Amino acid sequence: MTYLRAVLLVAEKDLKVELRSREQAVTLLFFALLVLVVFNFAFDFTVIDFVTLGPGVLWVAFIFSGVLAISRSFQIEREQDRIQGILLAPIDRSAFYLGKVAATVLFMAAVETILVPVAVVMFNFRFNGQTALVVLAFILNTIGFAAVGTLFAAMTTSTRRAELLLPLLLFPAAVPVALAAVKTTTHLLAGHPFAAYSHWVLMSAAYDVIFLAAAVLLFDEALEE
Amino acid sequence: MSAAGRDTPPAIEARGLSKRYGPLAAIDGIDLTVPVGQWVVVLGHNGAGKSTLLRMLATLLHPTGGNLRLFGAEAGRSDAAPLRRRIGFLSHQTFLYGHLTARENLEFYARLYGLADPEGAALEAIGAARLSHRQDDRVATYSRGMQQRLAIARALLHRPDLILLDEPFTGLDRESSSRLEDRLRQARGTGCTCVMATHDQGQGLRAADRVLGLSDGRLTLDAPSRGLDPSRLDDLLHGSSPAPPPRAS
Repeated sequence: MTYLRAVLLVAEKDLKVELRSREQAVTLLFFALLVLVVFNFAFDFTVIDFVTLGPGVLWVAFIFSGVLAISRSFQIEREQDRIQGILLAPIDRSAFYLGKVAATVLFMAAVETILVPVAVVMFNFRFNGQTALVVLAFILNTIGFAAVGTLFAAMTTSTRRAELLLPLLLFPAAVPVALAAVKTTTHLLAGHPFAAYSHWVLMSAAYDVIFLAAAVLLFDEALEE
Repeated sequence: MSAAGRDTPPAIEARGLSKRYGPLAAIDGIDLTVPVGQWVVVLGHNGAGKSTLLRMLATLLHPTGGNLRLFGAEAGRSDAAPLRRRIGFLSHQTFLYGHLTARENLEFYARLYGLADPEGAALEAIGAARLSHRQDDRVATYSRGMQQRLAIARALLHRPDLILLDEPFTGLDRESSSRLEDRLRQARGTGCTCVMATHDQGQGLRAADRVLGLSDGRLTLDAPSRGLDPSRLDDLLHGSSPAPPPRAS
């Protein structure tokens, strides 16, 4: 079993379970939509410029639904002690981590793909034609959030208050990626040239590399009770 | 014992094995040698440390003290992955995904273990568990007994050399327990080693060559199961009665 094969196997299993249960997709989508609707009522975007608050609104919806996705993903592994079944397999345990990250990124990306057009209609904004950069920014920040979230979810999975502990640990650690995501989206909405916000994109990329590398090295320790 | 047998390293060799959670010693300095092919039952009350010991033997928990070797190889953090290929672990939890079918579950595990023909291995294991007629049904629709039979198939799918059973009879009715005993008898015929933790003394004694008693994380009994008086087991487990001589291993 190659390392990559093990990663794909875990991700494929997560996607298959999700496609059957649809628990996560439905919960995430409705939760994220609800966040957008609440903000739509909370702020009068005919008076406030969407570029000022909009990116924060979008990423609050993505990040909160992401926490739900990660939490649910590990809850499934806790039930029936399934996580032990995978940890018993003769694979590198970091392959399990990367498989989980891959599945979470796909879930979050699917939610973002549906939510962004809805938000465009709801808030009447546009990305000024920089589609490739928008996709790059969203992918980088989603990977960063999934990387750190999956690591903390693994660390808290054997605790009694995993659902409570996960956001408490995750949000402070995810501040850099949230900041980079909001700043990049702000520049993209304002139609600024790439040079004006390239440092934020680089920060997201660096965050991804650092957290993915650290998690691969530390994952075995993170799972220890 | 043959010369080859003498050269074979024991399936389990633990020296001063300990697991502490802060001030609490879940396992407290256990010395244990289990030769290849031996079937051992670990008895003890709830909280005695049976599950912790089994999870350490399965390399799921790392010891905080002492040394553990499986089949002569150090069961350390970095080199446990190849050893896990030789271990089959079954608990009262099934490790199965309810939203997947029996075939999908076993194929997933067969692939994780890198079996050459995962589809074939899964179908064969499902057949051995007598679940072929339900192989494409979601596991969530199975009864508790059927799920446990599938869990046994999962644990034995990769033909492990060391089978670890943690309370495998929990929640099973008489018929399912009897089927599990049959399946274990079949597995025993393959020459594998087995350690089973249970608080059901009758089932434990029937299944094993050797009885270990665990109390507060310490071994309080190590005796051959043959000739052991079940009515004296409680006294022996708590050390209030002298134990029969330990089995030479």
